[in-house]
Amino acid sequence: MSAQRLVEQFESLEKQDHAARLAMWMFLGSETLLFGALFAAYAYYRGMYPDEFVQALHHNSVALGTTNTVVLITSSFTVALGVHFIRENKARLTAGLFVVSTLFGAVFLVVKGIEYSHHIHENALPSGMYTFIDKPPAGVVLGYTLYWFMTALHGLHVIAGMIMLAVVALLCWKGRYGAHRNVAVENVGLYWHLVDVVWIFLWPLFYLTD
Amino acid sequence: MSQATIDADSRPNPLGVGADHPDYLRADSGLRSWLLTKDHKRIALMFYVGVILFLGLGGVFALVLRTELLTPEQTFIDANTYNQMFTLHGITMVWLFMIPAVPTVFGNFVLPIMLGAKDLAFPRINLASFYIYVLSAIILLGAMLAGGADTGWTFYVPYSTTSPTAVTWMGIGIFVNGISSIMTSVNFIVTTHTMRAKGLSWHRMPLFVWATYATSIIILFATPVLGMSLVLLALDHAFGLSLFNPRYGGDPVLFQHLFWFYSHPAVYIMILPSFGVISEVVCSFSHNQPASYRAIAYSSLGIAFIGFFTWGHHMFVAGLSEFDAGVFGALSMFVAIFSAIKVFTWVATLRGGSISFATPMLYFLWFLFLFVFGGMTGVAVATQSLDVHWHDTYFVVAHFHFIMVGGTLTSFLAAAHYWFPKMFGRLYDERVGLLTSVAVFIGFVFTFLPQFLLGNGGMPRRYFTYPERYQWLNVLSTGGAWLLGAGLLLALGNLLLALKWGKRAGPNPWGSRSFEWITASPPSKHNFEETPDIERSAYDYTLSEEVARERAKAR
Repeated sequence: MSAQRLVEQFESLEKQDHAARLAMWMFLGSETLLFGALFAAYAYYRGMYPDEFVQALHHNSVALGTTNTVVLITSSFTVALGVHFIRENKARLTAGLFVVSTLFGAVFLVVKGIEYSHHIHENALPSGMYTFIDKPPAGVVLGYTLYWFMTALHGLHVIAGMIMLAVVALLCWKGRYGAHRNVAVENVGLYWHLVDVVWIFLWPLFYLTD
Repeated sequence: MSQATIDADSRPNPLGVGADHPDYLRADSGLRSWLLTKDHKRIALMFYVGVILFLGLGGVFALVLRTELLTPEQTFIDANTYNQMFTLHGITMVWLFMIPAVPTVFGNFVLPIMLGAKDLAFPRINLASFYIYVLSAIILLGAMLAGGADTGWTFYVPYSTTSPTAVTWMGIGIFVNGISSIMTSVNFIVTTHTMRAKGLSWHRMPLFVWATYATSIIILFATPVLGMSLVLLALDHAFGLSLFNPRYGGDPVLFQHLFWFYSHPAVYIMILPSFGVISEVVCSFSHNQPASYRAIAYSSLGIAFIGFFTWGHHMFVAGLSEFDAGVFGALSMFVAIFSAIKVFTWVATLRGGSISFATPMLYFLWFLFLFVFGGMTGVAVATQSLDVHWHDTYFVVAHFHFIMVGGTLTSFLAAAHYWFPKMFGRLYDERVGLLTSVAVFIGFVFTFLPQFLLGNGGMPRRYFTYPERYQWLNVLSTGGAWLLGAGLLLALGNLLLALKWGKRAGPNPWGSRSFEWITASPPSKHNFEETPDIERSAYDYTLSEEVARERAKAR
C-alpha cells in the first residue's frame, strides 16, 4: 500500500511527505502576501481617510460578522480534530468531521450573502457601481470597495477550501487516507486554517474598528 | 537494474553515470512523450523553445522602436503604434523572456542533477507550470492582437484604467504568468530542501543552486503582490471597480507602491540566476574553487532580502518625502554592496586558477563589464538628487538595459553555451561562438552607451520624436541594436547547427567538477541509477574522484 505511493524521484516516504508539507507552507506564504497587498492598501487608505472609513464600516453588522467568525473558528476546530483522528487511523471519523467543516463553510457563505444583500439595499457598493448622483463621499467609497473586494476574495478562498475539504472527506471515506498516509489531509487542513486566519484579520478591520 | 550498472566497487563508466541507458532525448519517442513528459530535462527544453521565441518577438519590437528613432521626426510608424511597441517590448521581454529564462530553462535542467536527484520534487507541477506559462503567453499574444497596450510595461494608473487598449487581458495574462512562476519556485525550494544527495550539505551545493534558491524565495513572496495589483487594475479597466481612482478618493501612487513592491524584486529575479550561471562558469573555466563560497552564496540571499525594501527608488519624483527617498536610496545602495562582493569574489576566483578560454568565459567578461558599469550607474540613480534630473530619461533606460539585458542576456548566452554539451551531448563551433559573442557585446555597447549620454542630455524616454541635436547618438544606438540582433541570430544559428553537426562532447568537455557533469551528457532519463554519494564540494579541484569515492564508501 505505502510502497506503491512512493513516487520514483524520492528515496523515502519520509522525504516525500516532508516535501509535500514544505510545499504547502510555501504556498501559504504566497497566499499571505496576496492578501498582504490588500491589507497594505487598507492601511494606506485608512490612514488617509480615518473618518470616512468609520462611516463606511457602520454599515457592517457586528453581530453577523462575529457569527461568521465563530462559525469559521469552529470549522477550523473540526478540521483540526479530523487531522488528529486521521493520525489515529480513524478515517471515517475524519471524513465526518471534514463534512461538518464543509457545512460550516456553507453557513459562512450564506451569512456573507445576507450581509451582501443588506449592503446592496443600503447602497454601500464598490466604486464603479454608482451613478453620478448618489455617489457617497470619496473615502467612504474606498472603504466599501476594500470591504467588497477583500471579503469576496476571501469568499473565493472559502469556496476553494470547501471543495478541497469535500474531496478529501470523500477519499477518507473510501479509505484512501489513514495513519500511513495523511499528508494530503494535513495540507488541506492547513489551507483551511489559512482561510480562517485571514478572516480573523478581516473581522476586526471591517467590523470592530468603527 | 541490469548487471551493467555501476556499483560502488567497480570503476565508474568513463562516459559518466547513466551512460549505459538511453539518454533522455531518446528514452521515449513520439509527440505525446514530449507534451506529457514529467522529465525535468524535457520540460526545460520546451521552455527553452518558448523563451527563445519570445526573445525573438521582443527583439523585433525593439528593432521597430530603434528604427523609428533613427530620424528626429516620424520615420515609419505613428506615435500611437510607437506607444504600443515599447509597451509590448517591455511586457514580452520582462515576463515572457527575462523572468522565466534562466530559472525555467537551465534551473529546470541542471538543478536536480546538481543535487543528485532523479527529478524535481513535483514533476507534475513542473509540467503544469509550463502549460500555464504557455497559457499566459497565449493570453498576452491574444491581447496584443486584440488591441495591444499603450501604457508602458508599468501600467501606471490613472491612464491605464481608461486606456482604450486591451489592458484587462494584459493584466490577466501577467497574473497567469505569475502563477507559473510561483509553481516553479515552490518546486525549486522544496527540491533544494528535500532532494539533496547523501553527503551533499548546504555548503557543498553548486552556487547555481544557491542563486536559484534565492530567486525562488523572491518569486514566492513578491509575485502575489503584483498579481493582486494587476487584478485590481484589470477590474478597474473592465468594470470601474477602482482602488486607485482619485474620483473615489483613491491614490494612483498606491498602485506604484504595490507594483514596484513586486517589480523591483523582479529585476533581482532576472539577475540572481545569472549570478548563479556566472559563478558556475567562472569556477569551471578557472578550474578553481570560488575565492569565497559563502560570500557568493550568502550575498544572493542578502540581495533577495534587501531587494524587498528598495521599491521606493522608482518613485522619487512621485511625491515621496525627502526622508523616505533618502532611506530607499540608501537601502538600494546596499544591493551594490552585495553585488560588489560577488564581482570581487569572481575576479579573485580567476587568480591562481588555470584558466581555459571558451565562449562562456568570454560572456563572463562581457557580463562583468556590463554589470559593473550598469551597477555603478544604478548607485547613481539611487541618489535622489541625481534621479530628479534623470528620471524618465534615456539614462534610466540605459541603466536598466545595462543591468537587466547586459546581465540576463549575457549570462543566458553563457549558460546556453556552457551547458550545451550537457543538454545535447555535442560541442558547438568555438570560433563562431567567440565571434558571435563579440558581435553581441559590441552591438550591445553601441546600443546602450549612447543612451546614457542622451538621457543626461535630457532626452525623455517613451517619446517617438526628438530634437535634431540628439540624432547622431540615436543613429549609433539604432545601428548597435541591429548589430545586437544579428549577433543573437548568429549565436542561435551556431547552436542550432551544432545540434546536428557538432562534435561529440563526451561527458565533461570543460573538465568541471560540478556535480551535473558526473552524469553522462546528455543524461539518462533518471540522471542517476541510484542516488550518488557526495564526499566533496562542487568546486573541489584538488580531491580526486577516486579518493572522494573511497571516503564515501568508508562512511
